[in-house]
Amino acid sequence: MSFDLRELYQEIILDHYRHPRNQREPERATAHSEGHNPLCGDKITVSVRTENGQLAEVGYHASGCAISVASASLMSEAVKGKPLGEVERLCKEFQGAVTSPDGGEFPEMGDLNALAGVREHPVRIKCATLPWHALRAALSGVDKMVTTE
Amino acid sequence: MVTATSFSVEAIRKEFPILATRLGDKPLVYLDNAATAQKPQVTLDAMDEFWRTSNANIHRGVHHLSQMATAQFDTARETVRRFLGARHAHECLFTKGCTEGINLVAQSYARPRLKPADEILLSTMEHHSNIVPWQLVAEQTGAIVRPIPINDDGEIDLAAYGRLLNERTKIVGLVHISNSLGTINPIKAMIAQAHAAGAVVLIDGAQAGPHLPIDVQDLDADFYTLSCHKIYAPTGMGVLYGKEALLEAMPPYHGGGDMIRTVSFEGSTFAGLPNKFEAGTPNVGGVVGLGATLKWLMALDREEVERHEAELVGYAETLLSDIPGVRLIGKARQKAAIVSFVMDTAHPHDIGTVLDAEGIAIRAGHHCCMPVMERLGVPATARASFGLYNTREEVEALARGVQKVKEIFG
Ligand SMILES: Cc1ncc(COP(=O)(O)O)c(C=O)c1O
Repeated sequence: MSFDLRELYQEIILDHYRHPRNQREPERATAHSEGHNPLCGDKITVSVRTENGQLAEVGYHASGCAISVASASLMSEAVKGKPLGEVERLCKEFQGAVTSPDGGEFPEMGDLNALAGVREHPVRIKCATLPWHALRAALSGVDKMVTTE
Repeated sequence: MVTATSFSVEAIRKEFPILATRLGDKPLVYLDNAATAQKPQVTLDAMDEFWRTSNANIHRGVHHLSQMATAQFDTARETVRRFLGARHAHECLFTKGCTEGINLVAQSYARPRLKPADEILLSTMEHHSNIVPWQLVAEQTGAIVRPIPINDDGEIDLAAYGRLLNERTKIVGLVHISNSLGTINPIKAMIAQAHAAGAVVLIDGAQAGPHLPIDVQDLDADFYTLSCHKIYAPTGMGVLYGKEALLEAMPPYHGGGDMIRTVSFEGSTFAGLPNKFEAGTPNVGGVVGLGATLKWLMALDREEVERHEAELVGYAETLLSDIPGVRLIGKARQKAAIVSFVMDTAHPHDIGTVLDAEGIAIRAGHHCCMPVMERLGVPATARASFGLYNTREEVEALARGVQKVKEIFG
C-alpha cells in the first residue's frame, strides 16, 4: 500500500527512538513489569516508584522498533510525576487514540499524538501499546510478564 | 505447457496471476517466498477442475466420482514419490504441514523408543517446528536435546557435530536449507555420520523443496518433510517421507476412519501404508493441486532455476552490502534463495514497514528461529527470500527501498 510514511515516522518519533528519555532503572523502584511482543521480539521492562498516590518515577529498558521505543520514551515523559488516577486515564486515552478507526482529537495527549499514525498500520499498533501494557501491569502490582498476544 | 529447454523469468511470471498486482502506483515485489510462495495457474486450474468435475470422497465410494477422485489422489502421491526420489509411493504421507510431519515422527517413531539419557541432536539453526516437538518428546521420555553449534557465518560446526555423535544419539534433526539464513547444510555427509553412530535422521526440507532437486534415496534420509505451500502448491498440506521399514514399525499417529482394517470394541487392526497414517478425509483437492504443481516444477529445467535464484541472491548481497550501515546475517558458502540483513539505524520491523510502502513484501522478525538469532546476536532480521519468478529489477527495487529506509532513519 502506498501511504505517507512521514505520518508514521514523524520527526518527534525518530528523535525519541534515537534518544530515548528516562531509559534507566529508577532509584528505589517499587514495582517492575516486563512486556514482550513474541511476534517481532520487542522487549521492554518498565520500573516505577509510587509515592503518596503519585507516579514519582518511571524508567524502562526497551529493545525494539522505532515505534515501541518512541512510545516508551514519550510515555515516560507524559506520566512521570502524575497522580495515579490521571496515569490510568492517560493509559486508556492512549489505547483509544491508537486504535480508534476514525481518528479524532486527543487534546490531553500532547506529544503522544505523534503516535496516532499507527492507526493506519494495524500490525504496528501492538508496538505502540506494548510499553503501556507493561506500565499498567507494573502499577497494578502484577509483577510479571505481559505479552501482546 | 512449459518445456524443459530454457528458463525464461518473463514467461514464468505470466503463469502467476498474483504477480500482476499493483499496490497503489507500485507493482507488487513479492520477496516473502520463504514464508509462502505464490501459486501458478496450473495449480489453480487443477484444483478448480477437480472441484467442478471430480469431487467426491476417496477410498470409500463404488461410484464413478469417488473412483475419479481416488485415482487423481493416488496419481498425485505417485508424483510426490518422483519429486522426492522415493522407492515407494506409500512412503510419502500427506500431512497438514511440515510441522505435523515432524510431530508425527517425534510421537510415533521416537516416543516409544527413547529412553532416559538418550540424545536428540538438533542444529542451532532449526525452525521452532523442528525443536519444540523434540522438546516435548524429551520431556515425555527423559531423553535430552542437544544443540549442534554453528559458526559466525551461519554454518554447522561439523567438527563439533562429529564430537557430539555418540552411542546415546538416537535422533538427528537437520534443516536442509535454513529459513532464516539460507544456509544449505551438507546433509548427505551428516546423514552418513549419524548412521555410523546408529542414529536415525529427520531432514526438515521445508525450504529445500522449492529450490533444490531432492533424492531421498541418494541422501539416505530416514525421514524427510516438505511444506507444500512453499513449493508453489496450496496451504494446509505437507509431505512426510519415511523409509518403509521405519513407517511399518511405527504405531498410527491419529486414529479414525480410513486408517483401519477392522474396528470392534475389543480392538482394531490398522491399515497398511500409507493409510495407517492418514486418518480421516484428507485435503483431496489440495493434493490434486500439489500433484499438478510438482509436475509443472519438475518439467522446468531445475538447474536453470537454481542458477537464476543463485544469481538473485548474489546480486542482492552485492547491492545490499554496498549500502553503508547494512549488515548481512548468514554468510555461508553454500546458500539458497534467502538474504537476511540488519541495519545500524533501523529495526527490521521498521525496514519492513518502509519497504511495504514501496510495494515490497519482505519478512521481519526472528523467523521462528529464536536460537539462531540469539547465537548471532541479533533480536531479529529483515529477510528477503526469492522464488523462481523474481527478477534482477526486483532486487534493484529492494536496494532502492533500503536506501529509502536510510533516508528516513539516517
Ligand atoms: C525450515 C522450516 N521448517 C518448518 C516450517 C513449517 O512449515 P509448515 O508451515 O508447513 O508447517 C517452515 C515454514 O515456516 C520452515 O521454514
